[in-house]
Amino acid sequence: MTSLARTQSEFTKSLLDRTMPAPADIRGASRRRADRRFAVYRNNVASGLAQALATRFPVVKRLVGEEFFRAMAHVYATAELPRSPIMLYYGETFPAFIDDFEPARPVPYLGDIARLEMARGRAYHAADVTPLEPDAFAALSSDRLADTRVRLHPSLSIITSSHPIYSIWHMNQDPVRFTPASPWAKEAVLVARPRLKVRTQRITHGDAAFVRALAAGGTLAEAVIAARDAVPAFSAPESLAVLIGARVVIGFGEELGRTQDIYGSIP
Amino acid sequence: MKPRANDPAGPLLASDGVGVGLKHEHADDVLSGGHGIDFFEVHAENYMGDGGPPHHMLGEVCAHYPLSLHGVGLSIGSAGGLDRAHLARLRRLVDRYRPQLFSEHLAWSTHEGRFLNDLLPLPYNSETLARICAHVEEVQDCLGMRMLLENPATYVAFETSDMSEVEFLATVAARTGCGLLLDVNNVYVAGINHGFEPMAYIDAFPLDRVGEIHLAGFAEDRDDENARLLIDAHGTPVADAVWALYRRTMARCGPVPTLIERDNDISPFAALAAEAARAKSVLEAHSRRVLQSAA
Repeated sequence: MTSLARTQSEFTKSLLDRTMPAPADIRGASRRRADRRFAVYRNNVASGLAQALATRFPVVKRLVGEEFFRAMAHVYATAELPRSPIMLYYGETFPAFIDDFEPARPVPYLGDIARLEMARGRAYHAADVTPLEPDAFAALSSDRLADTRVRLHPSLSIITSSHPIYSIWHMNQDPVRFTPASPWAKEAVLVARPRLKVRTQRITHGDAAFVRALAAGGTLAEAVIAARDAVPAFSAPESLAVLIGARVVIGFGEELGRTQDIYGSIP
Repeated sequence: MKPRANDPAGPLLASDGVGVGLKHEHADDVLSGGHGIDFFEVHAENYMGDGGPPHHMLGEVCAHYPLSLHGVGLSIGSAGGLDRAHLARLRRLVDRYRPQLFSEHLAWSTHEGRFLNDLLPLPYNSETLARICAHVEEVQDCLGMRMLLENPATYVAFETSDMSEVEFLATVAARTGCGLLLDVNNVYVAGINHGFEPMAYIDAFPLDRVGEIHLAGFAEDRDDENARLLIDAHGTPVADAVWALYRRTMARCGPVPTLIERDNDISPFAALAAEAARAKSVLEAHSRRVLQSAA
């Protein structure tokens, strides 16, 4: 190992482990101890990573408060340092971490709120693709509709939860104008950015099952069957209207007769 | 170094240009004009998403103003090699937005594939020098343009350093042909932190290599012996002592494009524009002086 590599290795170890002393080869102005000076770097790293998470998960922070969030972010960041200098995407594993984070147990919906916020961040930075106009669906002949596959917008995410995550999220955006639709009930959310603005909308669990089946490569008919199996109250016309209204279809895929050919390549 | 394959997309950046860091919340103010700001700077890593509003805004700004691309994640000082994937992402940004300046820091931030999200200090010696020169050459070859290397704000020094920071930067510039970004706030911060006279640093600095100036605000703390320790925090206006150092620097080297950096506690656009106007008045005074002495 070169001496520069050794220096950086020791510096990194001391940065991340607060029980370790400052590296032996650093000095302050008087050529003596530099523990407090080294602490500036420790604080920069810890607060920079916590700040990156706070920017990406503002409602999670609001729900648990600044102090709790900071402590939780520090535990996460120590275990999961960024693997890329692109901080826009830091925190992909934060929702799963929250699910398992013992002190957050009293807030059982916190992980799903983090999933919703992560989806919004991804949608914000997703590739720009112009969605189809709603009348593109009208142009499909009714006998071909059932076997149509759709290509979905790269910004699209579906989040399902056993908690009212849309209501909780929305109430923390604009508490004045928000009125809860129902008492404590499970909710599903569609997040997408068909144009420049990220859209976050409450959908039914039937809609969610339908869109997920389409995203997995199913035809409209297959998606209807999958959604009906998952959610008995599923309504095909209503879910199709949600799909079209969300402006998340960017193209139509293979049609009748090609189903068997491409089935093997669907992820 | 390969010649630039592409010309800048927008107007050219003049030596008496003043800029501010481009913030998304200021997009409307920036695009409506009339603010007297000549160029904008962005952190490259904030524009490495696939698409969305950041690219939309940057495209519009670049159509009207010169751009300075400022990297904060390349880790030029890493003992390991440069991250080739990251370099390729920078190249794509350069191709797409045609910045007139590209700068990075004399620092490291990645260790064994983990990004530490801070600009960490380096020992100044022949081993580091060889590593930095090789990395700067690789960057310039890949991007097809001259880069500017920025002097860091540091809080500790290394026992293994055997040359001064100015000597180190001057040697990198001479060996690689790169330019330098002189962060006047960093000079002041490092001067207080390490006990040197900031103007002596400027006097020794290879000012003919300086392609851009950064001005920013610092925070204040105390070190192990209760002496002042300044932190490069970018969360306050530029301090009077830094303005004084800036005026003396411009008196020595003549006008250089100057950027007001503000990354935390973002002030209203008008406040940033006022700081930029203050820098502009310094630059214009020295532009006139240069013109008069040439006449």
